[in-house]
Amino acid sequence: MARTPVEFRLNGAEKAVFVEGGANLLDVLRRGLGDMTPKYGCGQGTCGTCTVLVDGRPQLACLTLAETVAGREVRTVAGLPDGAELHPLQDAFMENFAAQCGYCTPGMLMAAAALLERRPDPSREEVVEAISGNICRCTGYEPIIAAILDAAQRRRRRAS
Amino acid sequence: MGLTVETYASAAEAARALAAAQDARYLGGGTLVMRAVNYGDQSFRRILRATDPALGRIAAQGGRISVGAGVTMAEITESRELGFLAPAARAVGGPAIRSMATVGGNLFAAHPYGDLAAALLALDGRAVLADGREQALDELFAARGRGQQPLVTAVTIARPERGAFRFRKVSRVKPKGVSVMSIAAWLPRSGGRIAGARVAYGAMGPTPRRVPRVEQALEGRTLDAAGVQAAVAAAAEGLDPPEDAIASAWYRRAVAPVHLRRLLLEEDG
Ligand SMILES: Cc1cc2nc3c(=O)[nH]c(=O)nc-3n(C[C@H](O)[C@H](O)[C@H](O)COP(=O)(O)OP(=O)(O)OC[C@H]3O[C@@H](n4cnc5c(N)ncnc54)[C@H](O)[C@@H]3O)c2cc1C
Repeated sequence: MARTPVEFRLNGAEKAVFVEGGANLLDVLRRGLGDMTPKYGCGQGTCGTCTVLVDGRPQLACLTLAETVAGREVRTVAGLPDGAELHPLQDAFMENFAAQCGYCTPGMLMAAAALLERRPDPSREEVVEAISGNICRCTGYEPIIAAILDAAQRRRRRAS
Repeated sequence: MGLTVETYASAAEAARALAAAQDARYLGGGTLVMRAVNYGDQSFRRILRATDPALGRIAAQGGRISVGAGVTMAEITESRELGFLAPAARAVGGPAIRSMATVGGNLFAAHPYGDLAAALLALDGRAVLADGREQALDELFAARGRGQQPLVTAVTIARPERGAFRFRKVSRVKPKGVSVMSIAAWLPRSGGRIAGARVAYGAMGPTPRRVPRVEQALEGRTLDAAGVQAAVAAAAEGLDPPEDAIASAWYRRAVAPVHLRRLLLEEDG
């Protein structure tokens, strides 16, 4: 079976892997590179828990053909903290009880990170829109929306 | 898996490889192709893709605009040139789908998908093939599913007059449900009266389709309650919409006039 070399940056570090034909990015991250932060949910793009950033844009890792990230920058939850310091989104998720079972959390965090990098001061509607591709079956979404709005404030405070 | 991925630097090479292949699927953004791969779809063994930058181009072309087949929904929403098309691009999936989903893939997405394709159809969309030939989108949709599809490199569309293009997607879950139906209307006016309307529906047939009876009923009319009456009455005439988990055919027919009326009169709802 054909195996293709693919090189890309993962959370700032150069990676080189061999991928099997048809392999998706989620498999490559989890099985190939041991980054277990993006989760496997539905495998059909509907649940959003595998959301990662590719060149700053949210993408579903399960629907991303591995070859297509060659030469690009992939970011996952593993890359969110700054050393020992959690990302403002992670702090805000904890303090607003935005995670219950936690399965959707990595996808929510990355979808929210993509939003805050473009829109540091988003409206509630923009937050709802940003996580519209991510399903949560526990929280009813309200604590997640509150956490993202809170994180936006924390980020702005940290930056100033 | 056991699939082979072939990456071509030019769209022309990819088109030739696709034309010669029995067992290949072209990959645009991959949101539907990779879904099939993940499900273990055995109907193709090779994935063909092209990294040709021409596929990602948005360019003015006389009175029309050429949108590369590889342009994503996210790129449309960010394009100044395509501001009028942003509502239709924004109607496709959530943000992560939109940063992957391409124009080319939307033309071939099976029901209930194809929201953007309906908008392109209403805007007199023409598919540009790798050999430079053009095909009207009505013809492309009519031929869909019959034999190997040629590679589309771009779609050219009319540039609507300011305020003359309208789009609305009807879904049960907001902001990101699949379509009960989508409606796109290009309503050019001359002396306050509609001249040369093009109206297209998504999710009301196996592919996006125009609704000629609605278009005829709008000709020479004004966009007010009396003017749109005949068009609204014809909204579901002759249609045989699909049944699916989102809506029955009966429901789709029953609500089409309501949503067409809202679109034409720009009412909320
Ligand atoms: C969770 C989810 C939600 C979705 N929501 C919506 C929605 O709301 N509205 C909607 O319209 N769609 C929706 N879709 C469907 C799909 O994402 C879009 O239709 C998208 O535009 C398809 O484009 P793609 O580039 O990902 O297609 P791909 O998966 O790459 O390709 C789809 C098909 O088109 C063919 N193809 C692709 N490009 C070309 C080309 N240039 N020339 C010839 N053939 C080509 C492929 O061979 C394949 O058969 C959704 C999908 C998912 C997974």
